[in-house]
Amino acid sequence: MATNALNLPENEYLLPGNRACAGCSVGIVFRHLSKALEGKAIFVVPASCFTVLCGMYPTASVTVPVMNSVFPGTAACASGIAASLKKQGREDITVVAMAGDGGTADIGIQGLSGAAERNANVFFVCYDNEAYMNTGTQRSGLTPLGARTSTTPTLGKGQFPKDMPAIVEAHDVPYIATASPGYPGDLYDKVRKARAIFGTRYMHINAPCPAGWQFAPGQTVAMAKSAVETRAFILYEIENGKFRLTGRSLALAGKDKFPGISEFLRHQGRFSKLDEALAAQLQARVEERWRQAVARHIACEQQ
Amino acid sequence: MTVETKSAVVITGNKAAAEAARLARVEVVAAYPITPQSPVVEALAKYIETGDLDAEFITVESEHSAMGVCIGAATAGSRVFTASSANGLAYMCEQLSWVAGSRLPIVMGCANRAMSAPWSVLNDQQDSMSQRDQGWIQLFCRNNQEILDTFLQAFRIAEQVKLPVMVCYDGYILSHTVMPVEIPDQEEVDAYLPPYAAHTALDPAAPRNINPVTLADPRLNGEGVLCHGYMEFRYLMEQAHQEALDVIVKADEEFGARFGRRWGGLTWSYQLDDADTVLIAAGSLAGEATISADMLREEGVRAGVLGLRAYRPFPADSLAEQLKQAKRVIVFDKSLSYGYGGPICMDVRATLQRHKMATDVDGYIAGLGGRDIKARELAAATRESIAWAAKRHAPKPTGWINLQL
Ligand SMILES: Cc1ncc(C[n+]2csc(CCOP(=O)(O)OP(=O)(O)O)c2C)c(N)n1
Ligand code: SF4
Ligand SMILES: [Mg+2]
Repeated sequence: MATNALNLPENEYLLPGNRACAGCSVGIVFRHLSKALEGKAIFVVPASCFTVLCGMYPTASVTVPVMNSVFPGTAACASGIAASLKKQGREDITVVAMAGDGGTADIGIQGLSGAAERNANVFFVCYDNEAYMNTGTQRSGLTPLGARTSTTPTLGKGQFPKDMPAIVEAHDVPYIATASPGYPGDLYDKVRKARAIFGTRYMHINAPCPAGWQFAPGQTVAMAKSAVETRAFILYEIENGKFRLTGRSLALAGKDKFPGISEFLRHQGRFSKLDEALAAQLQARVEERWRQAVARHIACEQQ
Repeated sequence: MTVETKSAVVITGNKAAAEAARLARVEVVAAYPITPQSPVVEALAKYIETGDLDAEFITVESEHSAMGVCIGAATAGSRVFTASSANGLAYMCEQLSWVAGSRLPIVMGCANRAMSAPWSVLNDQQDSMSQRDQGWIQLFCRNNQEILDTFLQAFRIAEQVKLPVMVCYDGYILSHTVMPVEIPDQEEVDAYLPPYAAHTALDPAAPRNINPVTLADPRLNGEGVLCHGYMEFRYLMEQAHQEALDVIVKADEEFGARFGRRWGGLTWSYQLDDADTVLIAAGSLAGEATISADMLREEGVRAGVLGLRAYRPFPADSLAEQLKQAKRVIVFDKSLSYGYGGPICMDVRATLQRHKMATDVDGYIAGLGGRDIKARELAAATRESIAWAAKRHAPKPTGWINLQL
């Protein structure tokens, strides 16, 4: 049975009170990740909002070991820990590299690519809040087209984001998944699965950010759900090359009517100047990516 | 210097570095190739593949990641090794300061090479000098035996004072030149170098947040204990450097007692006892200077050499003591602090000034980008320095040896 809010284990590794903004989704992400790992993990964290969440010396808001790393160095540091644990026969511990979109797709991409190519025994988690939030919401390689950030302040970003899971998939790693804090059961189950696999595992998590996306802090989960509901974000996993839609996205695959992308974006201040032309461009991309995902799901099912 | 040649082999400096890492039983190696360091990595890869060394070899995609892997592994509980040169060392830059701030006892080799642009794969010491203030101990070697022995000492020093050590040896001049090197017995090395133990557990049973944001001022922890601020951590790092001055000497003494070879601890000297004219340098250049001292002595100049083994921590008091009788000091730098002068020269001047010594100090820049340096050129520079002082009262500008504009 799939995990849901009622049957999630009660153990907690996130202490009450942390330094993230009110309504931050990163706490929800970490909470379910660490539950699924039963705390038997070492987290490597680069400069990011997650560092802030983990606490300042000499206090901490999490009860798993956290090793801070330089911004570009997450994957390398994690593979060093993994190498050492292997040498010591302590491979029951999951080494989690958890970085933001910048630390994953931009400055961290070289180290991640190296680790993935070596199939380092590391679980790399990207929480994608779609900008450099820690330094004040600057544009990243994963910021969506049209979103205003502090470095695209009036016109909005002029490019589509990179498809990071696809980039990682090109490295032939054993497990890739997307997840959303709007569907913690799906996230939890994927982490349980990833935990049991050897090698580089990659999870890409949509992480709505009230401060940077400019929406009310109480709307975080609604925002995460809306991303999936509008198909702006698709829940799937790729296990040894086999692609599968999961959770809510799998359920949506049977439908033919969906809310438009504007339903998701119009509550976000960063898209306050969303016009029809931009909405059409974004919608076309959603349709194309959804079509590809559903087709791939069916093709893999028939194999 | 050698007591007896038990198992002397004729090997390059790079091979000597790799042999040392093997003897130190490093457990994780991560490195990225760059001339002139590459043969170290290749040798270690072979040891590990053939089972001569029981370690994990992580073939990273860059030097930044090489040091990243070392940081992860050293924190998790393994003795690690890496090496680099020039651009590779520069590419590690932010990791170097992360290592020192983490107080990780990582030992790395630096086969000294000129920094680009323009490209040069040849020797000078600008690469390690550019990383001088990162918090690492920096040791220099003058021959291949000293490379092997210094690496073994370096692990001991690093693990004792919880500071990283960069063992510097001149690219090509040592890295690619074969010399007889005695390989110590593994049992003896094991007795000299106790097994590695990480200073902070990275363990889910004892969770800690390692190196989080640390504020300027001390802060209370959950139990109400006031804990260090950033500046206190920096002070402790400096204290460790000061402590290392003794530890480096002792590591060399104990090495000598066990293996029959000593390298001088912080410095070494040649014909220094009665010298009034002292040539100072680090690495193979200082070795060359001993020949210059002989030449000068034949002409009646009472010349001697003071070779720096430790550059950071800087052996200031030891230097001042050893230079008491000197009237004139000539410092040869294989690197340059642009807009000022040779870094070692500046440090020597500051040391003598602090000790209220009126010794003349002249500086020369030598051998940048592999420019050949001969002993007679160092002797000529020394004569020039003596002549300047006899004729002129203005300070002598920094000289450039064998410059051909
Ligand atoms: C080498 C380097 N460059 C720049 C920075 C400054 N910096 C710290 S965090 C950050 C942005 C982080 O963005 P992301 O990875 O998306 O994480 P988020 O803050 O959004 O959670 C930047 C640019 C740094 N720490 N190191
Ligand atoms: S800026 Fe966004 S991601 Fe960062 S802590 Fe605040 S809400 Fe969370
Ligand atoms: Mg981000």
